[in-house]
Amino acid sequence: MVKDQEFLKSKASYCLDLAKKMGATDASVTVGHSISETVNFRNKSLEASDRSDGLALSIETYLGKRRSSISSSNLLDENIKTLIEKCFETTKITPEDEFNSLPDKNLLAKQISSLNLYDETRFENDKKIKYLKDLEESASSDNQIINTESSFTENKSNFILANSEGFCDGYKTSSFAASCVTVAKDENSMERDYEFSSKRHLSDIKQASDLGNKAAKQTIRKLSPKKIGSEKISIIFDKRISKGMLSAFASAISASAIARGTSFLKDKIDQQVFANSINVIDKPDIVKGMGSQNFDSEGVNSNTLQLIESGILKNYLVDTYNGKKLNLKSNGRSGGTTNLYFEKGNISYEDLMKKNSRSLYITETIGHGSNLVTGDYSVGATGFLVEDGELKYPVNEITIAGNFKDMFKNIILANDLEFEYSVNSPTMMIEGMTVAGK
Amino acid sequence: MSNFFNKSDLTRQDADKIVSETLNNCDDGELYLEESKSESILLDDNKIKSSNYSSDLGFGFRAISNEVVAYSYSNEISKDSLKNSSENLKSTLKSIKGTYNHEIPKSNKKFYEDINPIEQKTLDSKLEVLNKVNDFLRKKDGSVKQVTASFAGEQKSIEIIRSGGEALTDVRPLIRFNVSVMLEKNGRKETGVYGIGGRQSYDDYLKNDNWKNVCEEAFRIASVNLKSKPAPAGEMKVVLGPGWPAILIHEAIGHGLEGDFNRKKTSAFHDLMGEKVASEGVTIVDDGTIDNRRGSLTIDDEGTPTERTVLIENGILKNFMQDRHNARLMNTRSTGSGRRENYRHIVLPRMRNTMMLSGNQTQDEMIKSVDKGIFAVSFGGGQVDITSGKFVFNCTEAYEINNGKIGSPIKGATLIGDGPSILKEVSMVGNDMMLDPGIGTCGKAGQGVPVGVAQPSILIDKMTVGGTKL
Repeated sequence: MVKDQEFLKSKASYCLDLAKKMGATDASVTVGHSISETVNFRNKSLEASDRSDGLALSIETYLGKRRSSISSSNLLDENIKTLIEKCFETTKITPEDEFNSLPDKNLLAKQISSLNLYDETRFENDKKIKYLKDLEESASSDNQIINTESSFTENKSNFILANSEGFCDGYKTSSFAASCVTVAKDENSMERDYEFSSKRHLSDIKQASDLGNKAAKQTIRKLSPKKIGSEKISIIFDKRISKGMLSAFASAISASAIARGTSFLKDKIDQQVFANSINVIDKPDIVKGMGSQNFDSEGVNSNTLQLIESGILKNYLVDTYNGKKLNLKSNGRSGGTTNLYFEKGNISYEDLMKKNSRSLYITETIGHGSNLVTGDYSVGATGFLVEDGELKYPVNEITIAGNFKDMFKNIILANDLEFEYSVNSPTMMIEGMTVAGK
Repeated sequence: MSNFFNKSDLTRQDADKIVSETLNNCDDGELYLEESKSESILLDDNKIKSSNYSSDLGFGFRAISNEVVAYSYSNEISKDSLKNSSENLKSTLKSIKGTYNHEIPKSNKKFYEDINPIEQKTLDSKLEVLNKVNDFLRKKDGSVKQVTASFAGEQKSIEIIRSGGEALTDVRPLIRFNVSVMLEKNGRKETGVYGIGGRQSYDDYLKNDNWKNVCEEAFRIASVNLKSKPAPAGEMKVVLGPGWPAILIHEAIGHGLEGDFNRKKTSAFHDLMGEKVASEGVTIVDDGTIDNRRGSLTIDDEGTPTERTVLIENGILKNFMQDRHNARLMNTRSTGSGRRENYRHIVLPRMRNTMMLSGNQTQDEMIKSVDKGIFAVSFGGGQVDITSGKFVFNCTEAYEINNGKIGSPIKGATLIGDGPSILKEVSMVGNDMMLDPGIGTCGKAGQGVPVGVAQPSILIDKMTVGGTKL
């Protein structure tokens, strides 16, 4: 069983009391406990099981405007005492920083509403095994599939965040995740693809057979790929890649990147940065949402934020420290976005595919080719050549490149948005990118 | 050396008894105990932004029978907790029986000292260096708009207890010093990053004001990029500089030669043992035994002494990298490549210091031989799709080559290639092998481990450069 609120609260208040007693002017502590159990299958038989049970503690102590932090997994009182002593000694010799402080008291979350983020259902390992058997049975039904690997993870967590301003709250969350990776082979090539499902509640997890079938189908269609020539072409991003554009955007509007001046979106508030049909929203209170939260990692209340309205940048993601630097109030985004999504567009997936007589549909990118200082983007890619709305043949060993500043202004979104993950996007088309191939 | 048995009610005798009793009917397994102490100190935006200290303690208990690995970890080292883990392992393996393999090779060699680098330099003197870095760079040039500098240090003590009471220990220091600088000129911003590190004390790397050289290098890379033009797009010749660009070898070849992917036949290399996979003159080794290197280990995380494993010899594929589990299933021996990020993770076969050895040509000869291509000197990260063999890496410093001469710098671009064929495109191997500065972290299955790379300059006849200029 995951540790209860009372246990975590007692550890948290022990830490706060001790820090105060040593002379800290302020302190903040997070105590968490997490249990997770994973079963792995390979080629229809059990391959591994893994159980983890971990406590985690992190403390920040302040002496006026001086601050330092420690973290540990060892929650024995004696160890906590040694660590807080060390933390406070470090605080004393760390230089002052005028922006260091706990969050403003009036921004802290007052009452928390239930977002139904915890499902206490226990999915025993035997049931996980049954699920994975069904999944791999479906995944390997085609004889071109030569290897299947799948896993089921169940996680239950609880945490308490407390600070010396009197904030002390936390809640339980759960997650269930099933995934499947398949390898297919033909006379020309060997290819890999995947599918997964991750939910707060067990009953929302995709059916095992659907997951297996989808992984297999997505893998087989990649066999015998061709390399295409270098050219400018319209690119259609599968949902699992288009949501990555949102994540890159979110990193570029974090208050820390803005305050440091290391973002291509610095000083762009109230300016057009996306095509004017685009709206981007970050919504923390979606019931059962994978990214939902009652407050951020500092205890600050988080409300829905419209980040992009009709293509115009409206908000940064602000935490206390960087907010003070930028003269902005925290909007409860210490720790980043919550449930981030593009509002759906008004063209169907089919029409988007047919929009150009020839385009490139991207299903996977590799490499770390996003430069958020300059906006330059260049990654390895795998996908399909699309002609007249149909996937003609698989393509690999190519790169796609552009600059986010231009790419964002040329986005066209389909109307197929679904809320599956903590970041969600419809299928996306961007015109005018460069493909490098032969 | 940590004593894991003075922390709670768990005695060494209890641990031995539980381990032996749990593993006797298994093929392999161990109790892995770990205590780590780490610090990170960051200067950013003219200020000491954070100083964090962390301590972590826990165990991971593993039992293997046949192909099944059962694993359980906890950060509570106690009799109850170990017994719970034991029950958990037994329930997974209840119907599978094995015969315990007691064989672990022995060695007295050590590749680094038992030191705690965190304690060997005072916090004050670390802060002083970071502030000096900031002042030095900001005074150096008006275009410097942002400076980030950091220290990261760690001491990890491990003990491996095997069935029958055999115990193996290691104490591993690791440090890294990093500088990143952003320049702005005529509305353009570019960054340059450089770092150094390894398994010694901070001052072994920082003596003689060596921090200045790190600053100069970061500044130089950023300055070059301020003048960069859009990179070309398409297939062309690529000259790689020596040292850190060997992450090409790591991504293109290294991962595909790890035992697990080959046992499962999901690596593009699984049926190429003994075959020619590289041009003649190309020899690649994975070496865990180089003194004080970031990727070196006295013993791996299963207790096997590390070694210098020849992967490719003169173009021919000779060996995969193995941990005990995959080696047993493939009827071979461990190469001392079993590694894990920490006690929370299972062991996987991983790289240590992956190196292409020198040939006898010069970088000059390579550049002169290229009509149109690029010269890549420094890289960010890379990634590989093991199954299709396609890999990428991102240039952070590169130049055009026109008619045998180095031309303008080009913007960061991704290079993509095919692992099993790329080394056959190597047409010249330089005489200038260099180790990287000690900054690499390799990610696999969600686990990061410190690694090293090395190579001489090489000429690749055909690779796709992912720029924007057609």
